[in-house]
Formats: sequence, C-alpha cells, structure tokens
Amino acid sequence: MLAQGPIMLSIDILVNALVTGILLGSVYAALALGLAITFGILHIPNIAHPTLVIAGAFFVYTLAQWGVDPILAALVGLVPFYLLGVALYLFYSRLFERRGGANVLQSLTLFFGLSLVIEILLALSFGSELKSVNVFYIGSSLRLGILTIPYRLLIPALLAPVMIGAVWLYLSRTNTGTAIRAVAHEERALSIAGLNPASIKRHAFGIATATAVVAGAALIMVGPIEPFSGRFQIGRVFAIVVLAGMGSIPGSLVIAIVIGISEALVSSYLNPSWSPGVAFAILLLGLALRPQGLFGAAR
Amino acid sequence: MTKNSILFLVGIAIVLVLGFLMPWVLKNPFYFFVGYVVLQYVTIATGWNILGGYAGYINFGAAGFFGAGVYLSAFLFTTLGLPLPLCILAAAIFGAVLGLLMGYLTLRIQGVYFAIATLGLVVVLETIVHNIPALGGASGMAVYGPRQPFWSPGPSQFNFTVMLIIAAAAVTLARFVEISWIGRGLRAVRASEDAAECSGVPTLRLKLLACALSGAVLAAAGAPYPFYTSYMEPVTAFSLIIGLNAIAMPLIGGTRSWVGPVLGALLLASVQQIATVTISSELNILFVGLVLIAFVAFAPGGLAELFGRKQRRARS
Amino acid sequence: MKTRRDFHKLMAATAAGLAAPAILGSKAFAQDKPIRVGASVSLTGPLSSTKNGLIGYELWRDDVNAVGGLLGRKVELITYDDQSSAANVPAIYSKLVDVDACDVLFSPYGANLSAPVMPFIKQRDLFMIGMFGLAGNDVARHDKFFHSGPWGPNSGRDWARGFFDLARAQGVKTVSIINADLEFSKNAAKGGAEVAKEYGMEVVFNQSYPPNTSDFSSIIRNINAADPDAIFIASYPADSTAIIRGVKEIGISDKVKIFGGCMIGPQYGALLSSLGPELNGLVNSHTFVPEPTMQTPHIKYFFDRYTPIALKQGVDPLGYYIPPFYYVAGQLAAAAITGSKSVDPAKMAEFLHANTVDTIAGPTAFNEIGDWKERRVLMVQLRGIKGNDLEQFRSPGRQVILDPPSLKTGDLAGPYNKARAG
Repeated sequence: MLAQGPIMLSIDILVNALVTGILLGSVYAALALGLAITFGILHIPNIAHPTLVIAGAFFVYTLAQWGVDPILAALVGLVPFYLLGVALYLFYSRLFERRGGANVLQSLTLFFGLSLVIEILLALSFGSELKSVNVFYIGSSLRLGILTIPYRLLIPALLAPVMIGAVWLYLSRTNTGTAIRAVAHEERALSIAGLNPASIKRHAFGIATATAVVAGAALIMVGPIEPFSGRFQIGRVFAIVVLAGMGSIPGSLVIAIVIGISEALVSSYLNPSWSPGVAFAILLLGLALRPQGLFGAAR
Repeated sequence: MTKNSILFLVGIAIVLVLGFLMPWVLKNPFYFFVGYVVLQYVTIATGWNILGGYAGYINFGAAGFFGAGVYLSAFLFTTLGLPLPLCILAAAIFGAVLGLLMGYLTLRIQGVYFAIATLGLVVVLETIVHNIPALGGASGMAVYGPRQPFWSPGPSQFNFTVMLIIAAAAVTLARFVEISWIGRGLRAVRASEDAAECSGVPTLRLKLLACALSGAVLAAAGAPYPFYTSYMEPVTAFSLIIGLNAIAMPLIGGTRSWVGPVLGALLLASVQQIATVTISSELNILFVGLVLIAFVAFAPGGLAELFGRKQRRARS
Repeated sequence: MKTRRDFHKLMAATAAGLAAPAILGSKAFAQDKPIRVGASVSLTGPLSSTKNGLIGYELWRDDVNAVGGLLGRKVELITYDDQSSAANVPAIYSKLVDVDACDVLFSPYGANLSAPVMPFIKQRDLFMIGMFGLAGNDVARHDKFFHSGPWGPNSGRDWARGFFDLARAQGVKTVSIINADLEFSKNAAKGGAEVAKEYGMEVVFNQSYPPNTSDFSSIIRNINAADPDAIFIASYPADSTAIIRGVKEIGISDKVKIFGGCMIGPQYGALLSSLGPELNGLVNSHTFVPEPTMQTPHIKYFFDRYTPIALKQGVDPLGYYIPPFYYVAGQLAAAAITGSKSVDPAKMAEFLHANTVDTIAGPTAFNEIGDWKERRVLMVQLRGIKGNDLEQFRSPGRQVILDPPSLKTGDLAGPYNKARAG
C-alpha cells in the first residue's frame, strides 16, 4: 500500500525528518526539565508534572486570549507557578516527610490523584475542547534550501534550550544550585553547613513547577491541547529523565533529541501509527540492557 | 487447614451457589449488567493488590493486562472457536507471561522504575493492537459471544456468573498468596528489600512470581469483557479508568489483606455504577481523585484498617 | 407572516407527522402514562463535543408535548451519560429497557458506542433510531433499526463517494489518503480507497496516523513525494487543525485538484472561526449548511431556537452537523408511533419501512436495514472566508454545496492552491 520506493531515496525527506526530530526533541526536553529536578534530583516521583505543564499551557492560553504573546505569558507565569510548586511541596512534605519519609507507592498515588484533580478542574473551567493560540508566526515557515521549518516548531524549540541552559547554569554555578543537587544525598551535611534541607527542596520544587509554564507555552505553540493532553506525555518525559541518568540535565536534552529523531524517522519511513510506542521501546531497551550503568548513581 | 481457611472456602462456595441461583430468582437483567461490572472490578482490584499491596510494587498499567486479556480471548474465540473457559485460561497465561516479562525487565532495579515502565505498557500494547488488522485496529471488532448454557436464563446473567467464578478464583488465589510462604516473603520485601535479601529471602524470584500471578488475574478479568459488550475497540479495552480504579479500589479498601480490594471494589464500583445512571459527570473522576488523596493522606491503611482499628478498640 | 406561536404549532404538527387523527383521539388516552424515549448521550469524555445533540432531542420533546404529545400521551425523554465509553453502554440500555421501560430507544453517538447495543436490541427485538453510526446495522441487520443520519446504503464504503465523484469529474488519476487511527475516520478512509479503485484511480499513498499527532510535516512531505492529483483526509478536530496548518507551512503541489473529504472539525463553529481564511478551498463532508437549496422555514425555525440555548450552554453555536438530526430522530419516532397508532416495535418498524417521512432535514425513506434510501451526505467547499468572524458562516456562499447534484449550489473551484488563495 505504501509508496515507499521513491520516498526512501529522497534526501530532502531525510534531512527534514532529522530537523523536525531535533526540534520536537528539544520541546520534549523542556517538558522533562521539571521532572529531571523533582524526580531526578529530589527523588520525588511527581507523575503530575505533565499535567502541570498542561495547566501552564492553559495559563498561557488565557493570557493569549487578551493578546499577550505566549512567551511573554510564560514569563508572567513563572512566579505564580513557582509559588504553586512551593505549595505542592509543602503539602507533600507535611504528609510524608514527617512520617519519616514517603514510600514510593504512597507518593506516586498522591501525585496521580493530584493530576486527576488538576485535569478535571481544567476541564470544568475550560471545557474539554481543544485550545490553541493564534500568533502571527504560527502558520508560516522558515525556508532554507531544501529545509522547511515551521516557526510553530522552531520558536518553542529555541525557547527550550535557553530555559534548560539557564536552569543548568543555576544548578551548577551557584551555591544554592549546588545545595539542590546535594540535598537528596547529603541532607545531614547540608544541615551541618547551616542550610535548611527542607527549604532547599521546597525551592527546587518551586523551580521545577515554574518550568512547567514555559514548557506549557512551548506545547501549545506546537499544537492544540486539551485538559487531558498530559497523559500522552507521561511516558516520554519519564523515559527521558530515567535514560538521561537521573538528574543529568544536559543528558536529558540529548536523550530527548534522540527520542524526537527516532519518532520522526519512524513516522517518515515506517508508519506514523508506530510512533507513540517509540519512547517506551527505547526506555524498556535501556532498562533491560544497561540498568546499572544508567542508574548506578541514583542510589 | 486452619479454621479460618475452612470458613473462607465455605463462604466462597456459598457465594458461587448464589451466583448460579440468583439469575433464576432475580428476573430483571439490569442488575446482572451492573453486577458484572462490579465483579470485574473486584477481580481487577484483587489482581492488582497481589503485586501492589503485598509487595508494594505499584502497577499503573493494569489496563494493559486487562486489554491484553480482552484481545486474546476475543481473538481465540472468534478465529479459532475455542470454548470460553479455554479463552479465559489462555488470557490468564498470557497475562502471567506479560507480567513476568515486565518484571524481568524492570524489577531488578527499583520499584519506581517498574511503576514507570507499566505506565508505558498500555501505550505499547495499544499501539500494537492499532497496527494489527486481524484485531480490527481502531475500528474495533464485533464479537458475538457463546449462547448461554441451559443453567443460565440469558446472556447477561451468564456473563455475570462467569465473572463471579473468575472473581471467586481470584480472591481465593489472593488469600492463598497472602497466608502462604509467598506472602510472608513479599511482606519482607515490602518492609525492607535489602534486609529481606540479606536474610536469604529470594526477593527477585518472589517479585517475579507476584508479577506473574497479578498479571494473570488482571488479564483473566478482561477475558469475558468482549462477550459482555459484544464489541471491543482499543480505547475502552485499554481505558485509563481501569488503571485508575485498579489503584484506587485497593487503596480505599486497604492493601494489606485480600479483604481490602474486595471491599474497595464493591464500594467504589457500586457508587460509580449508580452515578452513571444518576448524576454522572466529570465530577465523578474528580471525586475519585480527591478520595485517593484523602486516603493516602489520612488513612493509608484503607477501610479495612479503619474497621480493624475500631474492632480492636472495641475488644480492648 | 405568521406569528411565532403559529409557527410553533405548525412545527409541532409536522413533528408529529400524521398527528391530526391522534390528537382528535387524544382525550380517550389522556390519562395514559407517558411514552418513554430513552437515549445515551456522551456528556463527558472525548465525544462530549457531540452533546449538543441533546438540545435537538429536547426541542423535539417540547414541540411534541406542546401539541398534546403522541397518541394523546406525553413524551418523556430519559437520558444517561455514557462518558464516551462503550463499557458503560450495555448497563445503560438495560436500565432504559428493563427498569425505565422505554418504548423507543435512540442509540448512543457513532458506531463505536452503538456496536455494544446492536446484539441487545436484536435479541430483545426492540425499536431503535441510530445516531450517526456509519454502517451501524450492516452486521446485525436488525429490521427495527433506522438511521437518523443521511448516510445512505452501504455507508461503510459509499459514505464519501461524493468526493470521488467530484475528483473523477476533474480527471483525477492518483489519490493520497491519510486517516486518524480511530473508528470513524478509519472506515471512511477504507471506503474511500475502495471507491477510488472502482473509479480507476491509483492510490499512491495510504497511511494512518495515531490520534494526538500534532506535527504533520513529515506526512505532508511524504504526500508531496507521492505527487497525487487529489488528497483524501479522514481526520478528527485536533488533527484537522494541524493538517490545515501543516499544509500552509510546508506547501503542497499545484497539481492537487481537490483536497479534504472527511475532516471532522471544520463543521464546528470553534474550528471554523479559529482557522478562518486558512480553510478556503477545502472540500469537506457535511450534513447541513445554510445554502438556498437546503434552507427551509422549518430548519430555520429549529436553529432560531437552538442558537440561544447553545450559547447559554457553551456548546457549538452553529450546530449544523449534529443537532438537526437529533431532532430528526425524534420526528422519525413520532411518525412511527402516530403512523402505526402504537408503540409496538413491529408495527412502528413496518410503518417506517413503508412510508416516506417529512423531517426538518427533508423527506426520508428507508431500506430494509434502516439506511436512508438515498445518500445525502454533502460535499461542501469553503470559500470567500474573511477573518475569524463566526457569523459569516451563517450566510450562504461560504459553504458551497458541490454534491449531491440535487442540492448543488456551485461548482468546484480548483486547483486547491488557487482556491486556497481565496
């Protein structure tokens, strides 16, 4: 049925597929950044993160209705989402850390319940129809020789590395950043050094949640979203964080791009209907082939 | 056999006899349609709890196992014409193999990775079903189930009795696991995996066994589904609601013993069924989400423990 | 000019079909219990965008009751929410039949949700009006099932035949087909490929993509590489938007004469106004558009009342695609009841098989498995759209009917790139 003969030979399809894959991968990395902090560094299995990204996208959508540019809207959203993250962490730690540490089952269930509540609240306030933003650069493309790059993909894909780079610099160059990276393993050492581990974790969770609104802006520029869109991203973002080696932020960008390229190649050359399984196939392969190598550092 | 076990088996026998007699007494088929769904959730919650409750390994992919059971049984029934009991058995075996495979890939590391991998199992299986024309793909497949045998008055009553037998078998299996050496080992794993390993408990093998048993029960719960709806398609077979209820019901009921999931499923599934013909709306899922948070936060032992505590207090 | 109240009465009389003798005899039955009509509607879940159909049911019920009901009995509408899940359907219909004792059933929306109820109604021998299920009765072949939608016979294959009739007239030799991997679009694409083959066209590219695909650039490049004369698309609202945008971004060959076919989304107000002029040139299926050949006082009166309710409920303000046919379902039931003077399934079915019924969507007659005898799926071309104003879609000339010939209001403008430019 498929006319694949001529397609296989075509260079411009290959080049365009690679570029599209890199751009999509970059957007996936933005989605995964918050999880790389909460799950990768703090070891809190926040499966509500993709839903928080959708909440961020709806925040951007609401401001865009009043003519605010999505990127500007995302910047406006940083503070409220940071505070939301702080509140979430307070709720979480009140419940668990005082009981002497959370067990994985309970915290997974808590965040699962939380994501359901957020989804329904979004559905009740925005309806379950698809929402998108209209901006002048959506719908046109940058043409470079045989390359055609839609701005709808290009702009979010450029936004993502900027955000990831900023967070990475913060984590690796500042004292607070170093403390965040240390908090999961060296809680006692931090206390001795006069730092409050609880407030550091709270701060880190706030940053992670703040990245959700930028990721949300990127997502709603790429395509329309609805309250339940987060579910389709859960697999991808966890695959990225886990395969990158828990908390490695540059690593997550690389893995995200690998996944993006694999999906683009599968949908160009095999069949788009196989692409939803790609991220997980990669994750399962990674877990099966190099479990110790990938997670050795985790615990 | 202990006194408790004898009492339990007598109880199961009475429930089964009632399951065969009730369709002849209660004439309105509606109750059997609803009863089927409730029993399906009793089976799902019980199956989930063998791994999730006893071993503390959370499975987000219950719908994957359930859907695998749905598709395998429908495929065997329509193309090979296998009789219903064989279809259910085959589904259970397939579920066990799937569970073993998932466990083998991820259990060597840590519980969290197992949970994440199960999130993806549903996506992968659904993608596969979409790409196999013989299974109908997205258009689904009409399934005309077996005619009810002489001992059942109609198809809905027959489906109900079949589901009851599966549920009873699942609960018996869960109770056996719980009171046997398997349960003791799994509890040790749940308390502290390292300590269990050091004191000579074969943790990996135990976890794999729990994965296989849990997968088998979840897939068996799906096996009669195509005959209940006369139709199957990937979206409902791999529905998120199933994965959600599989976790919510044991947590609400209590994960430590077989009573918890049964209690949770009877309660939550009945409430959902009543809500469907009365107030149904998005509020339904919101309610489940809030209940989940509330139980994790304030009653991590579930209803079973709440009752138990009261009883103990009353006794002392 | 008639007054509003007169019109109301006129409408209701039409709704009740052969109501006159029934109303005359109504006094004798005035004490009777109401006639119950049961339906499952997707108020929540992925199909909740179809819930505006309920307004159609309710308007019909109110119209009928305003003139004394059917056979002198009031009509009572009982609906439950199936949450867009086939798993809930069996229990809901058992409740409607075994507990609520409904006399007439309306099916859930679409073939996926209706499939579970077909064996049930066949086994119990019940009377049902089908709602928008493509080829819904082709397997069960129940003789008391009637489609309210104008799909016509062999709808699994012929549903979008109009598109290929237009393509053939343009001398199309090669076709590309893409579809969302969901029931309705998959069947439409399968039927489309068969019709294309029958017309001697070569299908040079045929691919399905998963729901929630948000980037179509690679698919559109592959289509361009296959270089077809026509592109047939069966998609759902999210992908319809993404495809239209993708075509604008990537571009498409000047060779393409006709583009569209079976895209769900550009029938709804939200999508029409958000894409606006980007939709120009698209040829797409529809069930009703406000063109002179379709506009009647009856249907206009229906929309005069639908629109304010829809605005209040926050559902599709246009409501052209689904709601009129929910009203039609009621009219079919009413005609069957008053025509056969009973609520006996066999007699009602016999009447509908033997008679043509006048509905707000025009006259309808049924074949032996309850399909409309004549396919009346529209192929419309979107034209002359300026800006994102929704109201422009209420006036004629924006959604020009190309097929069927009996309702035609214009000729195909092509090729697609030229029509797209406006």
